[in-house]
Parts: sequence; C-alpha cells; structure tokens
Amino acid sequence: MTRTAYAPVPTTPVDEVALEARAAELCSRSIKTTSKRAALHLAIRCMDLTTLEGVDTPGKVSSLCRKAIRPDATDPSVPSVAAVCVYPEMVAHAAATVAGTGVAVASVAGAFPSGLSDLDVRCDDIRSAVVDGADEIDIVLNRSAFLAGDLARVHDEVAASKEACGDAHLKVILEAGELGGYEPIRRASMLAMAAGADFIKTSTGKIPKAATHATALCMAEAIREFAQREGRSVGFKAAGGIRSAKQAWHYLVLMGETLGTGWLTPDRFRLGASSLLNDVLLQLAKLDHGRYGGPDYVTVD
Amino acid sequence: MSGHLPVDKTFKLFIGGAFPRSESGHTFQVHGADGQFLANAAKASRKDLRETVRAARSAQSGWAGRTAYNRGQVLYRVAEMLDARADEFVDLLRNAGRTPRAARREVEQSVDRWVWYAGWADKVHQVLGTVNPVAGPYFNFTVPEPTGVVVQAVPDDPPLLGLTSRVAPAIVTGNTSIVLSGAGSALVAMSLAEVLATSDVPGGVVNVLTGDVAALLPWALGHLDVNAVDLAGAPDDLPDEALADAAENVKRLVHGNPDDASPMLVAAFLELKTVWHPIGR
Repeated sequence: MTRTAYAPVPTTPVDEVALEARAAELCSRSIKTTSKRAALHLAIRCMDLTTLEGVDTPGKVSSLCRKAIRPDATDPSVPSVAAVCVYPEMVAHAAATVAGTGVAVASVAGAFPSGLSDLDVRCDDIRSAVVDGADEIDIVLNRSAFLAGDLARVHDEVAASKEACGDAHLKVILEAGELGGYEPIRRASMLAMAAGADFIKTSTGKIPKAATHATALCMAEAIREFAQREGRSVGFKAAGGIRSAKQAWHYLVLMGETLGTGWLTPDRFRLGASSLLNDVLLQLAKLDHGRYGGPDYVTVD
Repeated sequence: MSGHLPVDKTFKLFIGGAFPRSESGHTFQVHGADGQFLANAAKASRKDLRETVRAARSAQSGWAGRTAYNRGQVLYRVAEMLDARADEFVDLLRNAGRTPRAARREVEQSVDRWVWYAGWADKVHQVLGTVNPVAGPYFNFTVPEPTGVVVQAVPDDPPLLGLTSRVAPAIVTGNTSIVLSGAGSALVAMSLAEVLATSDVPGGVVNVLTGDVAALLPWALGHLDVNAVDLAGAPDDLPDEALADAAENVKRLVHGNPDDASPMLVAAFLELKTVWHPIGR
C-alpha cells in the first residue's frame, strides 16, 4: 500500500450542545426481550476482550483467551468475542492459544499508552507484534504533535504505522479525553482516517477521563463524512470505562442510528473492555433464568 | 398573617447513600389513619432492587472491615440523630394513628434500641464465639462473621420500632441491609433514611426501597447475590416458588416478631466459621 501524502483535512464545525443532546437522546432508548438478547450477542461478537496491565502473565492471558473463545462455559450458544487485546509481549502466547478459533489477536503497540517514543522504535514495535501473530494493531495518536499543531507529523506517523502493519488492521486511538473538545476530536478523526487508519478508537482506558457517548457520536459523524467523501468505510472502536451491558447497547444504538446497520458488525465496530463481558453474561443469564445473578456466578478475571 | 407557602414533601428512595427517584418513575400516595393525604412516596421497581443490591454489595466489605468498636459508635450516632429529630417522628406516628403518648413512647424505645444494639457491636463475638474442645493438638475456634447482603421486609406496625428492631441487629455486625417498606411504614422508613444519611453510616450500608413489598420480595428471594432475607414484615402468602428460589444460593430466611430485641437476632444474620489451628511450642 502506498503511503498517502499529508493534505490538510476539512473539519466540519461541531455544535456541542446539539451533539450532546443527540447522544443523550439515543442513549435513553431501552431494549427488551428478543432484541435485548440479539444486542447482547452482538456486543459479545464485537468485543475486544482486553487485558493491559503491568501484572499480565502468560497464565492470565491464557485464561482470557479461553474466555474469549467460549465466554460462557455452560452455554455454547453464546458467541466468541471478536478479538483479545494484549501487550506486544503477550502476542505470541495469545496467538498460539486462539489459533484456529476465529478469535483475532489485537495488540497495542507503539509506546502505548503515551505514543511518545522515536517513530522508528514504534514502527519496530508494530512489526514485531505482527511477526508474533497480531492480526490487529492499536496505536495511539501522537497527541503531543497534534496539540502543538503539527498535523503533518501526526498524519505521517499514522501513515508510517499503517505501512509497518502490513496486512494487519490498524486502529488509531485518539485518546479523546485529552484532545480538549469535540472539534479537535473531529479533526483528529479525519486526520487518522486520511492517513490510512482502518479503525478509529476513542481511548486507551489508561486515563480517568474515559470516552463519553457524545465523543463516540462525534467520531461516528466523522466516519460518515469520510465515507461519503472518500468512499472508504472506517471502523469505530469504543474503549475505556465501558463496564455495563447497558452502556454497550447504547453504543450499538448510536452506531446503528448514525452510520446504519452496515456498521453493526465486528469488521466495523468494536467494544474494547475487560469487565464488560461478565456483565453481559449476567444479563443473558437473567434472560434465561428470570433471576438476577451476581459476581459470584461469573469467572474472576 | 404569614405569607409562608407550605412545602409538601415528596419522598424518594435511599440507595447507596443517595436519594434517587424510582427508575420506573412510579409513585404512590400515602394516607394517614384518618384517610387524609400525607405525601407521595416513590414506588420501587425490581430494577431499583437490582441496583440497590449492587450498592449494598459494594459497601459490604468496607463496613464489615470497620472495627466492631467503630460500628458501635456509628449506631450510637444514629440514636443521637434520631433523638434530635424525635418531634418529627412523633408527628409521623401520630399521623399513622398513634396517641401522642404512644407515639412519644415508640420514638424513645427506638432510640434506646439503637443504643442497645450499638453496645452489642463488640460483645456479640464473646457470646457467640467459642473455643471448642477437640481430640488433638489443635486450637479450635468458632467465630461469627456477617452473612453479607440482607434484604429486610420490615413490619408496618410498629413502624419505627419495627424498623429499628430489624435493621440494627442486621447491620451491627457488618452486614448491609436493603429495607423493603410498604405503605404503612414508608414515610417513617424514608425519614429514618434521612437520619441514617446524616449519621456517619457509610453509603450503601442501609438502603430503603418503598413500594409494593409483596411484588418486590420474590425478586429479592430469587436474587443470587443476596445472602439473607428477613421475612418479619412479609405477607403470609408468599408463593412457594419464591421460597424455593431462595434455596438456590442457600439464603438465610429469618423470621421473627416486629419488635424482638435479642442477641440471638444478631446471630440470625451471622455465619459461624470454625478454624483449626495447630498448637505451637
């Protein structure tokens, strides 16, 4: 793939008040019975089951992978998640565990979570994760350069990372909570997509200011604009602070209403989360048994 | 002539230390013994119960982790705050049909009962804990531990003394309580919630849901993250399936009279753990 050259990206102004009102309206919708079960299954199929801790061990990654393949040991009708998301160090181990199951391996790479190291070092990090078996690479946007106004550098770094990915999918994390407003988020989204991102992602999950539904809507609108203008469909990944099944289906509603049902597939929509899966499983158990469960009835991850 | 506009109170729920409305938006009217309209109260739904169990669960380990001495102090503080608002509760009980004298007496008894159970906080272990004789070189102890999250259907009569007599023994050892209160005790229960909210009781240790107790109880009995259900104020005709559901996670079902006062009632909300320990030299 040829690297795209930087060209200033158009940024549509954002009406903050209307954006937040629209996001709040979409998230007030409730989903019941059969639709609820379908939404919960879809949320699982679109999930990047994540562990990004300093204390991750091969054993912990193994159990995460097994849970990714078969989320509910008692119910084979519950689908596998889309991918497991781990640190580069754990990629080879994760790839060996999920091989042949349809679950992909995603890896954060490129000096996650700050993204502030030499570009060559970051690209090497990406290449080695891909060699180890990563199907998808999550990098962080260079917020330092972005906030300093050096958009050309941000663009070129994403483009270089895309090149380093080879066949692997590239997800670009904007860390929306640190960009300082909806308009910068929209600009960063357009920039990342123009530079070749396959997915744009809200947050690293490593800062207290997690992504909001309004942020997600802002990014989804950027994806829609980019698809209309350039004819390329870029995916969206929500991450950071998504713990409840309710939050998850709010994201589904948001995507469906903004981008259409074509985006409600694992190819174009992901939820990055660690504790979300247990809450979804508890909700499914409630639908099955009519009783509320509790943390004692799901695995301790 | 005073230009003061009377402010009628609308009662909400008490969940995790906050006073939210019911997620359902439903309310019900509470009338006094003479049929006069007193106030609107929130009608809790099963989803409110689900959220409340979550709040009670997350508060439980912190509350149980306090020293027994500290929990006793907190219960004593409840007595202080209740005593300070005694007149308000006397009015509430008079609206429910008590004579002035009986109302005053019930409030005073309730204050005394909070103090009495506060004292049990650091004594119940001596009464219920044991050192057991065993045929081997071991110390063998039995120590009481709180059972966890307790749902309590509180009696309508007597409203304040009944509520006090059920909640205090449950929380004194480190359980967290979810009070289900019907129309007869709703205003008293929510007023007590206001006392608890200003008494150093950590958020989530006592939660109050007002509404249809008979409709909420089966959900509580079936909830797998509830450890005990106090049926002192429950209707007699609970469906058998609901009670069978309670057996699913081996819940404690506690029966009793509205105004019991006994260390054995504290024991009803405890698990007894036996520990073997080799005798060292």
